[in-house]
Amino acid sequence: MGDLFVLVISCIFINNILLAQYLGNCPFLGTSKKMETAIGMAMAVIFVLVLAGALTWIINEYMLKPMDVVYLQTLSFILVIAALVQFVEMFLKKSIPALYGSLGIYLPLITTNCAVLGVCLINIKEEYTFVESLVTSFAYAAGFGLALILFAGVRERILLARVPKPLQDVSIGLITAGMIAMTFMSFKGMV
Amino acid sequence: MIPALLLMLGIGAVCGIVLSLASKIFYVYEDPRIAQVENCLAGANCGGCGYAGCSAAAAAVVSGKAPANICIVSGKTGAEAVAKVMGVEVGNAEAPLSYNMCEGGFRAADKYHYMGISSCKAMAVVFGGKRVCGVGCIGLGDCVKACQFGAVSMGPKGHPVVDEEKCVGCGACQKACPKNIIEVKTLSERIMKFNQKYDPLAPCAQTCPAEINIPRYINQLREGKYKEAVQTIRLRNPLPLACGRVCPHPCETECRRGIEDEPVSINQLKRFVADYEMNSGSRIPIKCAPDTGKKIAVVGGGPSGLSCAFFLRRIGHQVDIFEAMPKLGGMLRYGIPEYRLPKKVLDWEIQGILDLGIKAFCHVKFGVDFGLGSLMAAGYNAVFLGVGAWEDFSLGIEGENLDGCYTGINFLQRISGGEKIKLGRTAAVVGGGNTAVDCARTLLRLGLDKVYMVYRRTRKEMPANEVEIVASEHEGIEFVFLAAPTRVVGDDKNKVTHLEYLKMQLGEPDKSGRRRPEPIPGSETLLAVDMVISAIGQSPDASFKNQDPQARMKELELTKWNTIDNNPATHQASIPYIFTAGDAATGPSLVVEAIGGGRRAARSIDLFLKGEAVEPVKDSLQKKRIHESIFTKVDGIKQTPRAKQPELHVNERLDSFIEVDLVLPEADAHKEAERCLNCCRICYNPDTVFPMAKKAG
Repeated sequence: MGDLFVLVISCIFINNILLAQYLGNCPFLGTSKKMETAIGMAMAVIFVLVLAGALTWIINEYMLKPMDVVYLQTLSFILVIAALVQFVEMFLKKSIPALYGSLGIYLPLITTNCAVLGVCLINIKEEYTFVESLVTSFAYAAGFGLALILFAGVRERILLARVPKPLQDVSIGLITAGMIAMTFMSFKGMV
Repeated sequence: MIPALLLMLGIGAVCGIVLSLASKIFYVYEDPRIAQVENCLAGANCGGCGYAGCSAAAAAVVSGKAPANICIVSGKTGAEAVAKVMGVEVGNAEAPLSYNMCEGGFRAADKYHYMGISSCKAMAVVFGGKRVCGVGCIGLGDCVKACQFGAVSMGPKGHPVVDEEKCVGCGACQKACPKNIIEVKTLSERIMKFNQKYDPLAPCAQTCPAEINIPRYINQLREGKYKEAVQTIRLRNPLPLACGRVCPHPCETECRRGIEDEPVSINQLKRFVADYEMNSGSRIPIKCAPDTGKKIAVVGGGPSGLSCAFFLRRIGHQVDIFEAMPKLGGMLRYGIPEYRLPKKVLDWEIQGILDLGIKAFCHVKFGVDFGLGSLMAAGYNAVFLGVGAWEDFSLGIEGENLDGCYTGINFLQRISGGEKIKLGRTAAVVGGGNTAVDCARTLLRLGLDKVYMVYRRTRKEMPANEVEIVASEHEGIEFVFLAAPTRVVGDDKNKVTHLEYLKMQLGEPDKSGRRRPEPIPGSETLLAVDMVISAIGQSPDASFKNQDPQARMKELELTKWNTIDNNPATHQASIPYIFTAGDAATGPSLVVEAIGGGRRAARSIDLFLKGEAVEPVKDSLQKKRIHESIFTKVDGIKQTPRAKQPELHVNERLDSFIEVDLVLPEADAHKEAERCLNCCRICYNPDTVFPMAKKAG
């Protein structure tokens, strides 16, 4: 239990998928202009990442390993995750329209997101058990959400600040992201 | 190698099969237009439009929440393609647009000076902003920064200017503004906006019963944008031609310039732009919202009915007007004589209202030819009762029924209707209101030798408009003040020969502040006349209540003055689907009051039809003055004379019904508009300090 807690802390803060691993930068910049969108995106990532983590772990353990084709990880995961997201989108639209209404529009944006794929590959590389990979998937997604929401809050304020012309919009966004990443570095060595 | 290929093929096949099955099982009907619209968008999922991704934006466009030109990446061609799919013009009538409410800008005085703060939001947090005015624009342009479409820019006068062509109505500026100065509203919302306590309103706009944004249209006139000025007026008043002629302009009494100088001649400026439209030969198109499918019956085609119908039509409802007289216009046509409001002008104005798609049925009387039951059976969702006040009060004296006695409104109405009335040589008109003055001036034009006006108080207390009294003095009407009629004297053929009256003297002021006249005993005097017209007030004719066979009609409550009882803030009567305004609700009052009431009733009807609670506007001003905007002294005024009302010479006007008051010449109108201080709540453009600001504006 203590190990899992350490794992969660490390995934959210120390190895934050956005700010320490630099994965998933396109939604990080694309959906962080408004707080509302950022929260929706964060929720959608949590949802998809937990599902993808579980599915890819099963595929790796029961298909790739026995057949000794572990080198096909990346290729097969892309395919499976894309199909999964599409399937979930259709399922939600039909069965849980309310949830689709709040998350659905973000799903296509994460179809083949590098953050999602990255977490799945990390899970395999670190040789986590099934429960551990579920926990890390959730924790990485929560870390993604945390960073995205923090960043959206900052960007909403930047909109009102006096920014020199050449640095406006995405440029200042990237500079800010870099600064937030540096602050996250201070978590290094905590565990 | 082979197993790996097979595995990949296998996974691919499974994914494909699962997805194709899922698409069959989990199929949800979706408006096909969403996909079509999405194809027209850029597909960048950039979020620049404020929606999460292109498919969300497409769904918003199809559901009507977003306009066709939402996508900033695909630009004009994309917008045109979307509009084609949706079957609308680019820039749909109901697209919400941003609008700046503050006229202040740089001229508004600063209360605090902050160092280094560059955002309105931050300034609003510290002591509520830097301006002395609590509601005005701070001017640091949070809205400009928030707009992703470049539609908001900081104008030359220091407040934001919205480029309506570029605005997509996303609402980012409204959210960024800490003062609610810039607001995003659809046309319907803008039409149904009522003055509220916290609005940036000039004294004149606070006072106007129709709540017209007066400084805005004067400013537009000054810039030569006459069409825009007419449009500004039409957001609040569908009858600028009629009002520009007959309105007693309560706004001018409150004009801030009037504190140090003569007030701006606001009403003449209104008439100038309204006449400009009429004389230009083409009507300015009036925008209406898309149809809602609801039907409303407006009973009474007078100013309140026309106003209610006009605004209901503009927000997309279907309206039919039912009028008892042969033509629309109500008191405007039958109570106001030709020389004040020519019928040709009124016809032109009413035609413009009907052109919006309003049907009118004339010569049908409510309670006789149709009733509440038949309206409900015909599928009307609500009824507006604007039947006016057409029943003259009687004098209650002996001899009132003799040959040669008439009552005011009845007389005017018969003359307007073209009836030939047997006239005498001399006449006495009893009363001191506008109806009495209208009767007297009409009689003079009909060729009578002598017309007396008999009023029981003095000239100072006469309720008629000052200009009307002055004009009637010029035309040679003789006033008999402090006289109360006691008897009409007739000869053996029952023809009027004299009016007997008692002389009065003024006593203590009564509740209304007017000194109460008291009779001098034994002062009976005879006035030799062969016509007597009593015009001492009217009340609504509520006979329809008993004539209507519909049992529900019994529930309609009347007040003791015979007016229809209603909630004065919402104009809803005791039967929930009946609304009322104008003279029928208030008793005899001003045209502009009826117009304002019609719009207020239209708002309530709209709420009622949407199934929402019919509640008054929150913090509604309702003609009350905003305390901080009342000045006793105004700095920076250079005395400049007010534009004189051009009028027909007395000799030319007495033997005809040609319009007496003429329109201002263009140069004079501009000079008069220059006199406007372009006031807001507390700031204004003084003559002396900012000559440049006035030039620019």
